Amino acid sequence: MALLTAQNVTLGYDNTTVVEDLNFEVNSGDYLCIVGENGSGKTTLMKTILRLKNSLSGKIFTGEGLRQNEIGYLPQQTEVQRDFPASVWEIVLSGCLNKCGIRPFYSKKEKMLARENMERMGIAHLEKRCYRELSGGQQQRVLLARALCATSKMLLLDEPVAGLDPKATAELYEVIDKLNKEYGITVIMISHDISAAVKYASHILHISHKPLFFGKTEDYVKSHIGQAFTQGGQGV
Amino acid sequence: MTENFSKLADYLRFDFVRNALIVGVLIALCSSLLGVTLVLKRFSFIGDGLSHVAFGAMSVAAVVGLTDQMALVLPVTVISAIILLSMGQGSKLKGDAAIAMISVGALAVGYLLQNVFSTSTNVSGDVCSTLFGSTSILTLSKGDVWTCIILSALVLAVFIVFYNKIFAVTFDESFSQATGIRAKAYNLLIAVVIAVIIVLAMNLVGSLLVSALIIFPALSAMRLFKSFRGVVICSAIISVFCALIGILISIVAGTPVGSTVVVTDLAVFAIFALIGVVKK
Ligand SMILES: Nc1ncnc2c1ncn2[C@@H]1O[C@H](COP(=O)(O)OP(=O)(O)O)[C@@H](O)[C@H]1O
Ligand SMILES: [Mg+2]
Repeated sequence: MALLTAQNVTLGYDNTTVVEDLNFEVNSGDYLCIVGENGSGKTTLMKTILRLKNSLSGKIFTGEGLRQNEIGYLPQQTEVQRDFPASVWEIVLSGCLNKCGIRPFYSKKEKMLARENMERMGIAHLEKRCYRELSGGQQQRVLLARALCATSKMLLLDEPVAGLDPKATAELYEVIDKLNKEYGITVIMISHDISAAVKYASHILHISHKPLFFGKTEDYVKSHIGQAFTQGGQGV
Repeated sequence: MTENFSKLADYLRFDFVRNALIVGVLIALCSSLLGVTLVLKRFSFIGDGLSHVAFGAMSVAAVVGLTDQMALVLPVTVISAIILLSMGQGSKLKGDAAIAMISVGALAVGYLLQNVFSTSTNVSGDVCSTLFGSTSILTLSKGDVWTCIILSALVLAVFIVFYNKIFAVTFDESFSQATGIRAKAYNLLIAVVIAVIIVLAMNLVGSLLVSALIIFPALSAMRLFKSFRGVVICSAIISVFCALIGILISIVAGTPVGSTVVVTDLAVFAIFALIGVVKK
């Protein structure tokens, strides 16, 4: 039994199908990269995994004691967040909310967890700063720290390096890699950046309205589709 | 100046003035709390729509001759809030157009009803006071004052208890939902609380100026403060301050209460905006 399993899943909106017949599984400790061109349905897949929307058919389910609300998530940035007045501390702490249940306020334990995760992400010194005044890379770390407060098991990241400069991109990849290798957190990442995907991921899922490849990274690199994609100038 | 102060001291001996101040402060406090959420969640349009619905309901209550208008206006506005919210969220109906229709429709129906059925000799005066709240805050009955105190206490309690959840849902609805927070339910709660605030605030500033009372303090605070908590606390202080000053000025100078309060809010906004620019 895997941490996350997708069986014959079809994704889409209303009557339009976006991706058909997806099958894959994610095991504890995996680092799965989902690649594919724009509009191929990667974000749709992520939203379905998070139960933010329903699949058209088939099923996605969690296992091995992973509960649905234990999936941390790094969204593509939304408009609202850009002018939102919130301190780093407030945002990171809000990741602990699912541990509060009906209790209205955070306990000491949750505040410690928030502090711990800010240190892990190297943003402890930014605690009092305003989120909207941080650099793109710092903002992503804040959101990562929040996601880590919500889960210690599985992280979903939707194009986490979009809009970052090369240095911040490299640093963020290292941080994510460390979370996976050192802390044993299972990572599912959507990426345009095929070279980074091949470098860091243990598994690749390549979709383009239908699944083109799912398997280990070393097999992907040898496959037809993998070779075409990695050498076709798609990697940014 | 001293003459004005002694005039003020005279006025403060009256019950109705003290009532107006108590109610005004409570309403200002409540209405500022959710301002941030309203602005950031792009719920402003709901606030606007609801105030028009409340006007319509008020007109119906007046025409039917209800003594306790709140009993009709409050439930109608709350239900409209729920309907407007569910229309705004991903249904196939075009949310914006539907809201515009409801709010302008309510306005028209309200005015028509007041005009056709009103027994009063001064219809346009009545309509004007519902729209701009001219003097209603100075003519509150004991019952009105108590209703106001109870509703304000409720709003305050809900806000404090759900403060962290409201923050999370306002900042990032998808994340909250994905990690097991019932974001839809909290959206609903926010909309209902906004409806209650609007009905309350109509007493102070009338239905047309309600959104201003809710939004201006938050916008002012957002110029200077950088944390959610800072913005909320600051907008509460601004709002209470402006309500007090506005009511006092209007008593002394004989200006309409609602617009005086809102203009005070506007002045504070201008000052804060200026400071914000200078600080950068
Ligand atoms: N809310 C929506 N309603 C209808 N269609 C959508 C919606 N969001 C995305 N789509 C469509 O689904 C397809 C896949 O989108 P998406 O999953 O965002 O792609 P990706 O993240 O891989 O770039 C696109 O063709 C897009 O137009
Ligand atoms: Mg996408």
